[in-house]
Amino acid sequence: MIDASEATDDALLDALQRAAVSYFREAINSTNGLIADTSRENSPSSIAVVGFALSAYPVAVERGWMERADAVKCSLSVLRFFRNSDQSGSPEGTGYKGFYYHFLDRHTGTRVWRSELSMIDTALLLAGALTASMYFTANTPEEAELRELVETLYLRVDWPWSRGGAATIRQGWKPESGFLHYGWDGYNEAIILYTLALGSPTHRLKADCYEAWTAAYQWENLYGYDFLYAGPLFVHQFSHAWIDFRGIRDRFMREKRCDYFENSRRATLIQREYAQRNPGEFAGYDEHCWGLTACDGPRSELPAVPGRPRRLFGYTARGVPYGPDDGTLAGWASLASLPFTPDIAMDAARNMHRRYPEMLSESRYASSFNPSLAGAGHGAWVSPGAFGLDQGILVTMIENYRTGLIWRLTRGCPFIRAGLRHAGFRGGWL
Amino acid sequence: MQRRSSPSATLPQDGYEQERVRSVHPSGWRNPKPEGRYDLVVVGGGPAGLVAANVAASTGAKVALIERALLGGTSLNIGCVPSKAIIRTSRLYAEMRNAEHFGAQVPNDIRVDFAAVMQRMRRIRARISRVDSVRSLSTAGVDVFFGEAHFSGTDALSVDGIKLRFKKAVVATGARPDTPSIPGLIEAGYLTNENVFDLTELPPRLLVVGGGPLGCELAQAFCRFGARTTIAQALPLFLPKEERDAAQLLSDALARDGIEVRLNTEAIGVRVEGGQKLVDLLSDGYQYTVAVDAILTGTGRLPNVERLNLDVAGVECDAANGIRIDDHLRTSNPRIFAAGDVCLEHKFAHTADASARIAVHNALSLGRWRLSTLTIPWCTYTDPEIAHVGLYVREARDQDIPVRTFTIPMHDVHRAITDGEETGFVKIHVKERTDQILGATIVASHAGEMINEITLAIVARIGLRTLAKVIHTYPTQAEAIKKAADAYAGSVVRPMIKLPLWHRAAR
Repeated sequence: MIDASEATDDALLDALQRAAVSYFREAINSTNGLIADTSRENSPSSIAVVGFALSAYPVAVERGWMERADAVKCSLSVLRFFRNSDQSGSPEGTGYKGFYYHFLDRHTGTRVWRSELSMIDTALLLAGALTASMYFTANTPEEAELRELVETLYLRVDWPWSRGGAATIRQGWKPESGFLHYGWDGYNEAIILYTLALGSPTHRLKADCYEAWTAAYQWENLYGYDFLYAGPLFVHQFSHAWIDFRGIRDRFMREKRCDYFENSRRATLIQREYAQRNPGEFAGYDEHCWGLTACDGPRSELPAVPGRPRRLFGYTARGVPYGPDDGTLAGWASLASLPFTPDIAMDAARNMHRRYPEMLSESRYASSFNPSLAGAGHGAWVSPGAFGLDQGILVTMIENYRTGLIWRLTRGCPFIRAGLRHAGFRGGWL
Repeated sequence: MQRRSSPSATLPQDGYEQERVRSVHPSGWRNPKPEGRYDLVVVGGGPAGLVAANVAASTGAKVALIERALLGGTSLNIGCVPSKAIIRTSRLYAEMRNAEHFGAQVPNDIRVDFAAVMQRMRRIRARISRVDSVRSLSTAGVDVFFGEAHFSGTDALSVDGIKLRFKKAVVATGARPDTPSIPGLIEAGYLTNENVFDLTELPPRLLVVGGGPLGCELAQAFCRFGARTTIAQALPLFLPKEERDAAQLLSDALARDGIEVRLNTEAIGVRVEGGQKLVDLLSDGYQYTVAVDAILTGTGRLPNVERLNLDVAGVECDAANGIRIDDHLRTSNPRIFAAGDVCLEHKFAHTADASARIAVHNALSLGRWRLSTLTIPWCTYTDPEIAHVGLYVREARDQDIPVRTFTIPMHDVHRAITDGEETGFVKIHVKERTDQILGATIVASHAGEMINEITLAIVARIGLRTLAKVIHTYPTQAEAIKKAADAYAGSVVRPMIKLPLWHRAAR
């Protein structure tokens, strides 16, 4: 494992990114290309993790960590699976209306855990697929098939259906009970979802849907920064894995004289501010150690500060400044803000590696660590294994910082360009 | 106006209850004999009716008030007053259990004496009832009638066979709990705000159906008394009208207390087996059963418009929305006005009060005061409290008003830290590029007290820039508002300071 204190920035990023890429190589079911959600035993596949894998393969090829033919093979395998999958909407199927269930059996590809047909996770899957189609442009039968498969999968998604008669896209649908009616308003990671839905030439979502979604935005001045509020860091990162938001603005951002990239920069600074304040008095939090996001976490009882009973949340979307916060941080989350705030992201990465080296295993990040739960021989509780989403956002955001590869690819994608325009984005590279 | 004419059989008839009844519906009361036509007849003796009668009488008008059951209405008898009394005790129990947090010893034996909790509530309720008493009204010159009121024409009504003629009338009959249509619920028995304060024993297991303000308040209080409490709510968030952060903070706080919060969950059936209530719950297609000892419903309120013969008086109404009024609180009969829960969307005692003043002014002085000019704050008295006034961000954006919000987490407020009350925030919404306050949401231990400053600012058209100039005592939790104002002021400070001409010339 690389020594963070000795390595140059580039060497350190290389090691971390390569370890993250290798997750997808290890977690793949080579027969159908599905990727395990986590490295834990009997983990199902997450369709969002497949989307990140499809974006990670081009990175791996570019960096010489994977043969191009191998990357095409892995991509084709999973794209063929989705094209041929059961789209009947049955409880034991794989998808419906072009969307897919959130979690699938890795071997059979059928729905598990009674999971929902997930609009956002389908969008992450397709964002990865479109990235692959923009990269694998060689005039070979395999790469031509890959592009055709991606187009088929994208064009068959019935985006307008996903509103379920409401003003905005629903979070999910279940064959047993129909559309979920969970509240999903306010800023979240769904810009990529709306972009893809608005860019479809076959089943285009109406633009008023995007306006309805942004109507719930809250522009807040917090800790001295004006920003579009969302608590967990991943909200400020996921869409940015695929879309270069520098200099392009929708109506809301024009009104605020900002853009989503700058917004994520401020959100990252607010994360650091929160850790400095550390209102929960958790161990480890300071300006060099921060990153609250959706991640795994401890579940058993935490020894409380006298008189301060604490709850532990397991896997949840942790956020600032209102929590939930149980002292659990995600090392990868601060580093995934590298494009927005390179200096403080590298500073946090180095400091956290030095203080809590146990958060890395063979240079691969655990989902989270909790210094308030220090045990014998180590400085923090560490989430066992690794999670695919974490590795995926790390691969893409490090690459966007280093070369801008993913952004460059998607900037050329006609569907993404059209989607952004229909959402009202103007300016910059658009 | 209370629907219930007699107290529950379980309500102890102690000295406090006797005092309350003496105040708000004395036994043996004889209705007066009306002499001539009244300037104003008020139907209903709740917050709106009492204010209407007192305000009208203070102008020298000849006033009658008719109450079916207990003066004081829901607020005094089965609402704000009793609930706040028991919430205070429940907060004390929570603090005792959390004593170490304050550097104190946790008492060795914390036992909840529920009977004592309720006795304190009755004592306080009896004390406050003196203000709303028949004696107070009579002293003010109001003729008080007890009995069912029925309109017999456009300018007359009867009560207990007595005919009252009026120049003007105000209907302020209030609202009652809306019982959810769950098969088996009525047969199994259930609690609402109408009978929950009659309890003398704590139900060991309580299911609260509905996560509205009352449901959340009482769920938390009963949980802190030791009831194993579950909230089942069909909607995805508590208090769905509130800002999502506020709702989420409250949801987290309830969970910290040990309340099982089940969102997206519908009660679809109730049955009694072995002395316990079995409730079937449905969540995203998954059905399961919970066993409880009591069910409390808090799923909304219906206006009391039945049996008044409103159609005879030419007053339009419907069962769901109550009496139809215009912006001057006048009904479809120009002689008759309405006020309070029977006609308003915002069913709060303070709104009833404000609307009654408008109704009386417009009725007696041919005034043109408008309901729409009111700035109405409200508060849910959980721990932490959630208070709001003015526009929500979504409402402002729906009106194409760009919004900027100044947020101060309570963990940045020194007094909140010293008090160990850091959960929450102050969010003040202003119109973008101005200091005009559009609205505010406060989540804090004393949010209900703090919101009044914002309400004052909105009513008096005081901007956030001016609030920044208002010295707030230090340390107080209300300093959070000053901090938000300071954040505004700091955000618009121009870095360039223009020097006067003479100064520049001198250089």
